[in-house]
Amino acid sequence: MSGQIIATGRSAAGMPTGKLAVWMVIASEIPIFGGILAPYLMHRIGHPDWGQMAASLNVWIGTFNTGLLVTSSLFAMLAHAAAERGNGPLAAARLRLAAYGGLIFLCVKAYEWYTKIAHDHVPQTGTFYGYYFSATGLHGIHILAGVAILLAIAAQAEKGKNLGRVELIGIYWHFVDVVWFFLFHIFYIIR
Amino acid sequence: MASHSVTAHGHSEPHGHHDAHHEEHWFLKYCWSTDHKMIAKQYLLTGLFMALIGGFFAYVFRWQLAFPNQPVPFFGIVTPASYNMMITQHGTIMIFFVAMPVLLAAFGNYLIPLMVGADDMVFPRLNRASYQVFLISSIILIWSFFVPGGGFGGAWTAYPPLSAGSQFNLTPSGSTLWVVAVAVEFVAFLMGGINFIVTAMNARAPGMKFEDVPLAVWMIVIASIMFMMSVGPLIAGSVMLIMDQNFGTHFFDPRTGGDPVLWQHLFWFFGHPEVYVVLLPALGFLAEILPVFSRKKLFGYRTLLYSSIGTACLSFFVWAHHQFISGIDPRMANVFAATTVLISIPIAEIMFVFIATLYRSSIQFTVPMLWALSFVAEFLVGGVTGIFLGASGADIHFHDTYFVLAHFHYTFFPIAIIGSFAGLTYWFPKMFGRHLNEGLGRLHFWITIISFNFIWMPLFFTGIMGDHRRIYSFANFPDLMTPDRILLREISSVATAVMGVAQILFFANFFWSMYKGRKAEDNPYGANTLEWRCPSPPPHGNFAVMPTVYRGPYEYSHPDRESDFWPQDEPPVGQGGLKPEGAH
Amino acid sequence: MAEQHPSHERGGSGWQPLARSVFFTTFLGAVIVIGTVLFYIFAGGEDLIARMIPANSSFAGDIDFVILIIAGIVGFWFFASLFAFFVLLYQSRRRPGHKPEYLDKHDHQLHTWISWPHWLVIACDLIIIIVAVKVWHQVKQVAPPADTVIRVVAQQWGWTFRHPGTDNKLDTADDIVTIDRLHVPLDKVVHFELQSRDVMHDFSVPVFRLKQDAVPGRTIKGWFKPVKAGAFDIQCAEMCGIGHGLMPARIFVETPEQHAAFIEDSARNASVPGGQPIY
Repeated sequence: MSGQIIATGRSAAGMPTGKLAVWMVIASEIPIFGGILAPYLMHRIGHPDWGQMAASLNVWIGTFNTGLLVTSSLFAMLAHAAAERGNGPLAAARLRLAAYGGLIFLCVKAYEWYTKIAHDHVPQTGTFYGYYFSATGLHGIHILAGVAILLAIAAQAEKGKNLGRVELIGIYWHFVDVVWFFLFHIFYIIR
Repeated sequence: MASHSVTAHGHSEPHGHHDAHHEEHWFLKYCWSTDHKMIAKQYLLTGLFMALIGGFFAYVFRWQLAFPNQPVPFFGIVTPASYNMMITQHGTIMIFFVAMPVLLAAFGNYLIPLMVGADDMVFPRLNRASYQVFLISSIILIWSFFVPGGGFGGAWTAYPPLSAGSQFNLTPSGSTLWVVAVAVEFVAFLMGGINFIVTAMNARAPGMKFEDVPLAVWMIVIASIMFMMSVGPLIAGSVMLIMDQNFGTHFFDPRTGGDPVLWQHLFWFFGHPEVYVVLLPALGFLAEILPVFSRKKLFGYRTLLYSSIGTACLSFFVWAHHQFISGIDPRMANVFAATTVLISIPIAEIMFVFIATLYRSSIQFTVPMLWALSFVAEFLVGGVTGIFLGASGADIHFHDTYFVLAHFHYTFFPIAIIGSFAGLTYWFPKMFGRHLNEGLGRLHFWITIISFNFIWMPLFFTGIMGDHRRIYSFANFPDLMTPDRILLREISSVATAVMGVAQILFFANFFWSMYKGRKAEDNPYGANTLEWRCPSPPPHGNFAVMPTVYRGPYEYSHPDRESDFWPQDEPPVGQGGLKPEGAH
Repeated sequence: MAEQHPSHERGGSGWQPLARSVFFTTFLGAVIVIGTVLFYIFAGGEDLIARMIPANSSFAGDIDFVILIIAGIVGFWFFASLFAFFVLLYQSRRRPGHKPEYLDKHDHQLHTWISWPHWLVIACDLIIIIVAVKVWHQVKQVAPPADTVIRVVAQQWGWTFRHPGTDNKLDTADDIVTIDRLHVPLDKVVHFELQSRDVMHDFSVPVFRLKQDAVPGRTIKGWFKPVKAGAFDIQCAEMCGIGHGLMPARIFVETPEQHAAFIEDSARNASVPGGQPIY
């Protein structure tokens, strides 16, 4: 590629370009999740019978996963703190811990899906499960992408490169965490 | 704020493209480039190519409507299935694959870095990926025409259950490919949009304050933000629709707890802001072209800006006016009628600003100016007829008739076609370093504008007379086969063919001038904005010396100046002398 | 144009711009009202729309009235703007000795020119909203008591109409079921129950100014009162698949004698042409 782009280095709005872009990504993700959750809530009100299907979700597994993501987010925050001090290897180690949290989350989620499918609680048998699977599936894809980026940035941070990106992935990771908060409450808690 | 920051930044930024001159492989140069100008041209040519397909479809089904069940020249017999497929794909192509890529992506890519004085987009590789994803989506769409069962024919709004069940639409793979193409395209424009917003916010030249940003850039950025905020639900909806089509879920199936009207909400929550997503860039072009060719300052920079932002916000609360009679609670219609009619306020304000700009100006009727002026006149028709449709009581009669189509085309034709032509003819010298042929351009302009009015003016009346849209042959309806209705339809269809043929003039002019046209100067019009301050066409990296901005973009015919324009990056004569625009 | 800044001299301060804007607003409001009245008198009044398409239901005239009110108001704005636009194009054309001026919105007097139309647009919007919502309410939100109730069932690609028969009650043994032919009595309030068996359809009778989507899984109620006898087109107004253009139906508005004869015929024949009781 040709030389460094001047435009990328500018920050006329007073915020580094990468950070601004991460916020924009989040701003465009919110309506996507909103597009699933808002219709779900609308229809949930009109279908009291969905309560029974919601009851089949395991709140304890959901709570465990919530705790997992909160811990993972905490490590992302600590990684940022380390990166601020210029400690690349420490930041990398903490990012990896955050990524492992995401991976365990996915494993738990896969187990949960498996039990649902084993009980024939699949999207084809009830629209509630349609919403449940698409919302958690979409969220799962975000976790997966987040884990991949976390590991990639950890590899860079290990060598002390691009430490600024540690904060960026942290922002994204917190966002995914917050989305899970909403999913957890809307699907697991509200009966 | 007496002066813009003219200090240290000055001309100190180093130029970073030392290797720009070495010869690249043609594939790298034309198909794998990260240069925003090349990506813009890729978007432009893809959009123009898709426009040819969409335009040809329009000609075929228009001909079928005027002369039902006779072979259409250059096509043959139109079956109900192919008719439905063509009207569906005409809508899809013209909005998603012509208006969006040309107005937003091509001009956004071309203009934003040049106008804000940057050397490229902030994320050039994301930009390249955006085009490639868009190209894939175009290919998927075209592929969908040829799969078994044919292309999707359930109207561009794709209401389920028709779009969700292949037992209903009879196009099992066509309908899935259609949704996939549209959803993939949205992803492409999300990537592009984030790039536009961040570039315009962060990569502005030193000294360029918010009110020094040319309105074309503002408009594209506002449009990108609107797109970003509105498209999410439809992406989610598309995924649900694909699952309903292929995996047996029931999101939109009323028999098992789903709701078919949900799609309409998701679609129109995006669909209405989408109109403004493509409208705003076209308004931005006008805001550039009108001052240049009337040599006068734009009347009310802030008015235009705030009105556009107001329109953008309001447009998120009007979507149900597409669904007045679709079975939603009738009380909701009252709210949405009110919000819809209120949109006339900022839009009227925008029109006033454009018209007031002409007051005591000195108008030069060049081809781009003709297009820009015709935009104002034609868009007025589209704007005022929209009131009929937003007023719920009147919409009971007009819904789904040709009146809607005529209104819609009187807004969308100015936006997508006139806006694109205005932008293309205006920036052509910058893009290709050569001038278009003026005479050919005028001829093309007049034929296109006149035939356009002959296409759509009659259809307002057939709409009032009860012609419903998407009906493949009116011969089945005795009330609709009166001689006056038939005559009006025939006028419209013949005009469509004329307009189609006239586009040969444009393409001839376009490609001939690209290689043989008169060489263009750097700033042929005496314009202020930064894109005219670099060579035509701009090299990789755009500016030899990165510019610094001292004033707003519309300082034409300033009384204290000899010359009737005042480039944004021209240093002021001595410090503390003239106050730059924006300092009150 | 020798003078450089005529606007600075004219730009009055204090009460003058305000008074001027009040004057213009009143003046233009009057022009709009008078223009609309003239439009009615000279352009043919309330039957302007009815001359293009018959107004054969009780509320058709009301809907036409909304259309005409809006036509009057936006017509004024349209022609006023277009007039101003072309006058300015002519006045400001480039010619020797003509110099453009450096003006913008900060000029108070010019600001007035933008602000008073602004208030006027709001006033016009309010009129339009009130008129439109009033008619909408009358057509879609409330209904006069029913004289008869019919059921309309749409499917790909045809219409099934269920008439109540001699006892004037739906879902009884003497119901008359027809396909693509709807018979209703003249001058009677007809309530309909609209259903769909597969996809979205729309029950539209343009001469009645009647339109309502049929949504699968729902029964949507509506009403109309035909005021003129005759046979008219029913169109489907929602894309419903390949046969969307091939589902024409007719509505027969019948005098009491004709309608009685239709009911009697159907009762005698037990099946009307093409009408199998399938629903």
